[in-house]
Amino acid sequence: MKTSLRTVGQATLVGLAASVMLTACGAARSPSTTPGPASINPSGRSPAAMAAADSGRPPYTKEDVDFISGMIGHHAQAVLMAGWAPSHGASSSVQGLSERIVVAQRDEIAFMQRWLRERREQVPDAGTEHMMMAGMAMKLMPGMLTREQLMELDKARGTEFDRLFLQFMIQHHEGALTMVDKLFAAHGAGQDEDVFKFAVDVHADQTTEIDRMSLMLKSVPSSR
Amino acid sequence: MIRPLLISASVAAGALTAAACASTSSSSAGGAPSPNGSNAVVSMTKPSPDPRVGLKAGWFDAGEAAWNMRLVSNTRPSKDFLNPSTPGDRRLVNSDLAFSGNYVYQGNYSGYQVWDVSDPRAVKLKQAYVCPGSQSDVSVFRNLAFVSGEATSGRLDCGLQGVPDSVSKDRLRGIRVFDVTDLSKPKYLTNVQTCRGSHTHTVVSSPNDPANVYIYVSGSAPVRSSQELPGCSGAPLTEDPNSALFRIEVIQVPLANPAAAKIVSSPRIFQDLTAPPRHAEPFDSAAAARRAAQQAAGGAQRPPGGGNRGGPTQCHDITVYPAIGLAGGACGGYGLLLDISNPANPVRIGAAADSNFSFWHSATFNNDGTKILFSDEWGGGSQPRCRSTDKPEWGSDAIFTIENKQMVFKSYYKLSAAQTSEENCVSHNGSLIPIPGRDIMVQGWYQGGVSVFDWTDPSNVKEIAYFDRGPMDATKLVSAGSWSAYWYNGYIFSSDLSRGLDIFDLLPSGLVSQNEIDAAKSVKFEYFNAQDQPKLVWPASFSVPRAYLDQLERNNGLSAALISSTRAELARAEKLSGQAKKDALSALSTKLHTDARSAGDQPKAHKLAFAVGDLAK
Repeated sequence: MKTSLRTVGQATLVGLAASVMLTACGAARSPSTTPGPASINPSGRSPAAMAAADSGRPPYTKEDVDFISGMIGHHAQAVLMAGWAPSHGASSSVQGLSERIVVAQRDEIAFMQRWLRERREQVPDAGTEHMMMAGMAMKLMPGMLTREQLMELDKARGTEFDRLFLQFMIQHHEGALTMVDKLFAAHGAGQDEDVFKFAVDVHADQTTEIDRMSLMLKSVPSSR
Repeated sequence: MIRPLLISASVAAGALTAAACASTSSSSAGGAPSPNGSNAVVSMTKPSPDPRVGLKAGWFDAGEAAWNMRLVSNTRPSKDFLNPSTPGDRRLVNSDLAFSGNYVYQGNYSGYQVWDVSDPRAVKLKQAYVCPGSQSDVSVFRNLAFVSGEATSGRLDCGLQGVPDSVSKDRLRGIRVFDVTDLSKPKYLTNVQTCRGSHTHTVVSSPNDPANVYIYVSGSAPVRSSQELPGCSGAPLTEDPNSALFRIEVIQVPLANPAAAKIVSSPRIFQDLTAPPRHAEPFDSAAAARRAAQQAAGGAQRPPGGGNRGGPTQCHDITVYPAIGLAGGACGGYGLLLDISNPANPVRIGAAADSNFSFWHSATFNNDGTKILFSDEWGGGSQPRCRSTDKPEWGSDAIFTIENKQMVFKSYYKLSAAQTSEENCVSHNGSLIPIPGRDIMVQGWYQGGVSVFDWTDPSNVKEIAYFDRGPMDATKLVSAGSWSAYWYNGYIFSSDLSRGLDIFDLLPSGLVSQNEIDAAKSVKFEYFNAQDQPKLVWPASFSVPRAYLDQLERNNGLSAALISSTRAELARAEKLSGQAKKDALSALSTKLHTDARSAGDQPKAHKLAFAVGDLAK
């Protein structure tokens, strides 16, 4: 028997409208519909032939390289900060968040280093605690903590650590979003699907984490 | 009891070799048999040690492990979508699946392919449509196909050269609409541009509105410039009430004139969603909204760090279940329950947050609409999150019951076999397998493979079948594995990012009986989009009461004597015809209703009686 999706469950729909609670809707006013193109893929090239021609290395720009290289140091600082949670008396919720940041951003550092290596670009190492604490050799990307801020966080314990950590990590993540925005504003950048997907994942994950941390920050007891 | 039984794949493989040559005119395309022709283990208990651990690496020659399911065929990407010298090339990655009749639509970052699966052992290429723009999520509705475009390199004219300018009239980010009446010549009808593009989308067919079909657009990429698409703003709501953040887009497609598809609403379903995430603790979103309103009235402070973004800015995916008027939205740090009785204006009625969940990815309802499963795509599907060191509650499924339209957390489910650091792995897309009386689901876990599990008991989820391959490469992470695994008209279809289309047979194992599989195979759809979840309805057949009998035997829900006598009576009735058959079945149904009153599992015993009654009609 063929079951038509159009004919099922009509009765159950009735009455649910009564439970409507929020109706904020604003239709987009922009002219967003355009007719289909007159000519499809005019060059007639095949994606596989294109991949063969460039050996799987689609064109990329200096901005792509700068974004990836800069994000390695940026991530490395997040890993350093999050790694302090167990030793600095963080609450269980901040420890849980930190543990996930360490795992996630370490994996992403590995991805970024691989991307650069495969393109024979210079691969920055992820930096050491000593380098960061001494304020050495690392270019501060947007949102990154200064040496003074890092030291302030390292001195904090317990509730004070939670509060500072969340404030600083929100600042840090906001900087990552700025880096993604900058990437996409640059001519020719983000056209490589690997870079696009990575940048968009960073944007989505860190936006979600900023929202989470903002809410966590509200529940940190005031230290004063 | 363990009943090991090896099913040889060699017979099927023989048929496939011949089919490979016939599948397409192109030499490198389609229909290649599984080189390993691996045997499936069939047993009640999982093989130990787990054979998924330590599989040989390879692209089309990776090691395979199969338990209670069998690979029927693997069809490699067609020639335009496969370059043998660049494994894992992200331009050629396969994405989601949609189904229509005997055709399977498979999205690809460079377009989409349509496969004729009339013979699942010999899949034939019907269409390879080149049109880059990740991630090319596909849906079908009657003669229409919809494709998501999100990447900044996507072009209106489907060209391969990308769009280098940061503001350009050539860029497509949104939904492409095709008329696929003639599949040999799809017609690109129109497209609807959106501010963030379309990462995924959901076709919403409403029984209340037969003249239109709706598309909910979810986009997770940054908002584009208003110079490129007027009206687009990525500012916080506090600065711009028309911000493209904190909303989804609803496209209306008039079926009489689909080229007139347009955005009809942009519901702010996240409004005032500001409760903190707590482990396994749902919250009352209405109360949270009231609190937020009170705070706002009192002049709430913008928190330090400028992080007051007012909840999630977008959804990753929305699964609608029109038969019950509900949708599950996986949106940033939240799982939402939406009322979609008016499909143009979905309204949030519940929300859940969970401190173990990183990024709510997608939802699946059980058929009764009493449970909902959310997946957490921690790491975006590119990262290895099934290593032995990764926590079982991270990157997993979370299962909730729906009570008074609110979600109540029950448990997590994660793939149990540890994968290597070279395998991207996390919970991803799946669908129900229509076994009556049980909640069985199949799900893709990227390079973790395909997992079939039973979530009838939401607090105690059990895997009952799986298929897995070794990593693409033993030395580095090369993206591959199951993007999505869906049941459609009798088979499990899985889209492998790098290896093409896999088709599987579910095998009777004791954990699932032949009668249950027969009942599942009796449910047929004209088309299927997993995110537009259809109500499963079983046509009257002897497999349905027999499936219930097998379940009652398994859980001791009915006495052994009654099960035995009912089976005998069903067999006798099946051989009758006409009125005699109806009378026998009607009498049996009446008797079974009486028996059900003293059964250990009364609800199921009554379902059995009703299923027998259906046969008498």
